[in-house]
Amino acid sequence: MDKTLKAGPARVQIHLSARAAGADSRPTEKVSGAAQPTSHDGWREELAQATREVFEIMLGTSLGSPNEGSPHFVADFAAMVGIAGSLCGLVGLHTSSECARRMAATMLGTEELGGSEDAQDAFGEVCNMIAGSFKGRIAGLADGCALSVPTVIFGRDFTLFSLAKGEHYQVTFSFEGKPFSVTLDLHN
Amino acid sequence: MKPARVLIVDDSSVMRKIVGRSLRQAGLEIVELLEASNGSEALSLAKENPLDLILSDINMPVMDGLEFVRQLRCIESAKHIPVIMITTEAGEAHVVEALSLGASGYIRKPFTPEQIKERVISLVGG
Repeated sequence: MDKTLKAGPARVQIHLSARAAGADSRPTEKVSGAAQPTSHDGWREELAQATREVFEIMLGTSLGSPNEGSPHFVADFAAMVGIAGSLCGLVGLHTSSECARRMAATMLGTEELGGSEDAQDAFGEVCNMIAGSFKGRIAGLADGCALSVPTVIFGRDFTLFSLAKGEHYQVTFSFEGKPFSVTLDLHN
Repeated sequence: MKPARVLIVDDSSVMRKIVGRSLRQAGLEIVELLEASNGSEALSLAKENPLDLILSDINMPVMDGLEFVRQLRCIESAKHIPVIMITTEAGEAHVVEALSLGASGYIRKPFTPEQIKERVISLVGG
């Protein structure tokens, strides 16, 4: 089914055409490839663990447990890293521009919020590291898949539409009180 | 550690800053710090500047880190320079390929300053 990740009061809408698979979902489709696991149970937790690891090491922030329920915030900053190989999909990171700038400042060890260029750069790298950490946690993916260079989209008027039409995983955390989401969309 | 001339190669300027900071936190005295945003730029800098250490990402536009190392090892004046790969691509195959092309070490992102220190000390000297 179609899943709207973010529909805030502003014009921003991130819309993914993918089957929703929350914590209670049990995907049954297998991904081809000899080294692939036959079930994706637990991938949402692995995505959460990968996110925690990156924030713990690179930003010195303990994220705790993912927030429950659907996030309701204006995500005008999004980073994407493609996964290609034995598994194909997209890892996304979504938040507000203020939160992205705070992440960049924290990574750089500065108090002042930097410009949007640093925020784009840092946000893309965080997404890249989450994607890398995630695929390193799944048997067969570390060597079976390659990652794309990160892409960052920002602004208050864009729609992100994925053609993956496969499984969809999402975890939402808070960073310094500001929500952000990490998504994984798999190609069927 | 002895003072070092260092080249950091990454398409992310934020990551270049973080790696440079981590090197200093690791106790490395940097007498000259050069930066490149891809392998092609890094090759030019390596040809023109005497260097003690290179830290390079793998996934970069224009020329990736693996091709950079391969070409660097063909340059007489630069083929001895230790190169540490710092990348999210941490699969065994990537590590083997990087080392077979001439990389001296490998660090997975995300990394801690301690991991940087451990690798750098072994290459630059404690």
